[in-house]
Amino acid sequence: MSRPVRYNIHPIEANTADSITYVDPPKGYEGDGFFTTKLSEVVGLARKNSLWPMPYATSCCGIEFMATAASHYDLGRFGAERMSHTPRQCDLLMVMGTIAKKMGPVLRQVYLQMAEPRWVIAVGACASSGGIFDTYSVLQGIDQIIPVDVYVPGCPPRPEAILDGFMKIQDLVGQESVRRRNSEQYKALLNGYGIQ
Amino acid sequence: MAITNEQIEQKLTEKFGETVSHFEDTFGMLCFEVQKEQNLKLLQFLHDEPELGFTFLTDLCGVNYPDDKGRELAVVYHLHNLVSNIRIRVKVFTAIDEPNIYTASKLFAAADWMERETFDFYGVHFIGHPNLKRILNVDEMDYFPLRKEYPLEDQLRIDKDDQMFGRG
Amino acid sequence: MTDHHIILPEGSIEKQTTTLNLGPTHPATHGVFQNIMELDGERVVSTEQTVGYIHRAFEKIAERRPLYQITPLTDRLNYCSSPINNMGWHLTCEKLLGVETPKRVDYLRIIIMELARISDHLICNSIVGVDAGAFTGFLYVMQYRELIYEIYEEVCGSRLTTNIGRIGGFERNFSNTAFTKLEKFLKEYPVALGELESLLTRNRIFMERTIGGGAISAERALNYGFTGPNLRAAGVDYDVRVHSPYSSYEDMEFDIPVGKTGDNYDRFLVRNQEMWQSMRIIKQAYEKVQSFKGADAEVYHADVPEYYLPKKEDVYTKMEALIWHFKIIMGEVDMPKGEVYKSVEGGNGELGFYLISDGGRAPFRLHFRRPCFIYYQAYPELIKGAMLSDAILTMSSLNLIAGELDA
Repeated sequence: MSRPVRYNIHPIEANTADSITYVDPPKGYEGDGFFTTKLSEVVGLARKNSLWPMPYATSCCGIEFMATAASHYDLGRFGAERMSHTPRQCDLLMVMGTIAKKMGPVLRQVYLQMAEPRWVIAVGACASSGGIFDTYSVLQGIDQIIPVDVYVPGCPPRPEAILDGFMKIQDLVGQESVRRRNSEQYKALLNGYGIQ
Repeated sequence: MAITNEQIEQKLTEKFGETVSHFEDTFGMLCFEVQKEQNLKLLQFLHDEPELGFTFLTDLCGVNYPDDKGRELAVVYHLHNLVSNIRIRVKVFTAIDEPNIYTASKLFAAADWMERETFDFYGVHFIGHPNLKRILNVDEMDYFPLRKEYPLEDQLRIDKDDQMFGRG
Repeated sequence: MTDHHIILPEGSIEKQTTTLNLGPTHPATHGVFQNIMELDGERVVSTEQTVGYIHRAFEKIAERRPLYQITPLTDRLNYCSSPINNMGWHLTCEKLLGVETPKRVDYLRIIIMELARISDHLICNSIVGVDAGAFTGFLYVMQYRELIYEIYEEVCGSRLTTNIGRIGGFERNFSNTAFTKLEKFLKEYPVALGELESLLTRNRIFMERTIGGGAISAERALNYGFTGPNLRAAGVDYDVRVHSPYSSYEDMEFDIPVGKTGDNYDRFLVRNQEMWQSMRIIKQAYEKVQSFKGADAEVYHADVPEYYLPKKEDVYTKMEALIWHFKIIMGEVDMPKGEVYKSVEGGNGELGFYLISDGGRAPFRLHFRRPCFIYYQAYPELIKGAMLSDAILTMSSLNLIAGELDA
């Protein structure tokens, strides 16, 4: 029996010429053969358009994240094509779903393994505040154990909301000063969580 | 030839006499109690007897009746005869001070985790269970959370004001 | 022993096996499961599982909630097919309350439940593909899952955790857009499913990877409490939809696909075939829904004033409707005393609800029979002696949903 094979009978040539957009360059002085600007803005520009997310998906929001990462919503458009599941390689920890108390130490360990600079986004009501699960076994928001940059509300948030949260992170990343991670304020924040 | 609820009741009373009791028909499902010493023998009998053939353990769970002195904890088995498609519910009651019940995990492999869960939630001690330890909660937990006396919310949390949640 | 032999430190090779910790955040576990595996080379000798990493105490919460507030909890059990859980819960309540639902409601429910089954199986099968190395299938069929989600949205306004329906029926009638979207789905989806099948079913690599892996005999499967597609793949034709029909499944014509060996390949095939059967059921149910004429075609809920919210315009204009609205929302309606067990055929097996009511506003005890919790116990037996990578494949082909497993 022959195998049913389908192929693209009417291929459409992809017109990539019009669909490429360039990010706006940072503010600066331009002249013949040179361009000066602040280092932090260049670094921010580079960082924000190639974030490597670490999907820490535990429950329902993880399924919405699957939709976000898949073809229909395509998180890859924002430069986050490369999902990495090892915390060592990642910049952005995306916590999606309920974090139970049993899971708390694991999450913290994952956060500690990430190299600076690192950002955290809490997707969904459970990760942000415990959500509807105000119970003995659920951590009432991941900000009790690790610092969080952006919270995305929803139970679960729609993929658009996750994308919006991601873009908020991009704004933060783009504006961050290169010295922020060495600042006293940042150290105090980490110390508040018992992280050295 | 499917066996009716009355026939099951009759067969069990013949075999176990006084130890099985409280037969009732709840929404078409036969439901009865058995003394806790007899639970394994009864399950074995239900499993092996060709006319009964309750070979499938659908569900096993615990229940806490705090007001029923001497019978505070119950373990409920849901059994299913897949051939004639009959379900029955067997209950075993035990006192909360001495929550010892024989394990069914030798008979049904499925009972293993369900018994661990029941132990985790209610502290029912299953005698002869190969690996009776907490399954869903953290090992350090020192109480059995689903017993009625314990509250739902975490008592250590400080971020939520009970009064705001109508629990003042 | 001669001088040429390298002498290893005392005791260094006594241990012939390696211990490997897989999870709870390992990407290949699809959820939060921890497996501590004892490996001999690349073969699995033994496994110890740890679960409970997202234990959320559903059963304890349910003891505080009136009936309709438990529906959102059931959403979060098996979140890949939440409508089935919602319907299962409504059916349980209806059984306790003695509510008879109209036929049209039953058929609409069937449509929604079978759509949910398709989306559940679709995720599972495409993820099996991903774990065998075919990412394409996943990316491709996810678009068609979006079509299902659009139908949910049209019916209840939500995508994933649907909270669909009410005790006695639906919160509103299906709009014409919902039916148009359903038609679109019925037209487009078979093509995509056919393509997924032609990508994987006779694919040499896929077959080599899946045939024989994670096999279980029918006898062991029954002893382990397997239900649903996993049991059917082992060759037992047990299906709640046929054995204890609910929601008028007895009016539908469909087959139960059955496997033979209970291995990963059979599980894949059974799920695939079930999707085709679900399509058949949806078509029949849709025809039946369309056959209602006149006033019958507008029926979308049973008459249960104690539990079904009155219409909004009545609430604003009529005293009685306002009282009922208040009582229902505040959960002040006492339910009858009794004990009910009701099960439905969930995405991955028999999803049961054991409800004990003492006549109060909230259940005295509610226990969920979660199929994955029960069959995940068999995992060490399934993968014993298998290669590590096949163990991963076995895990995904079992369709384990952490939210349901840990409850």
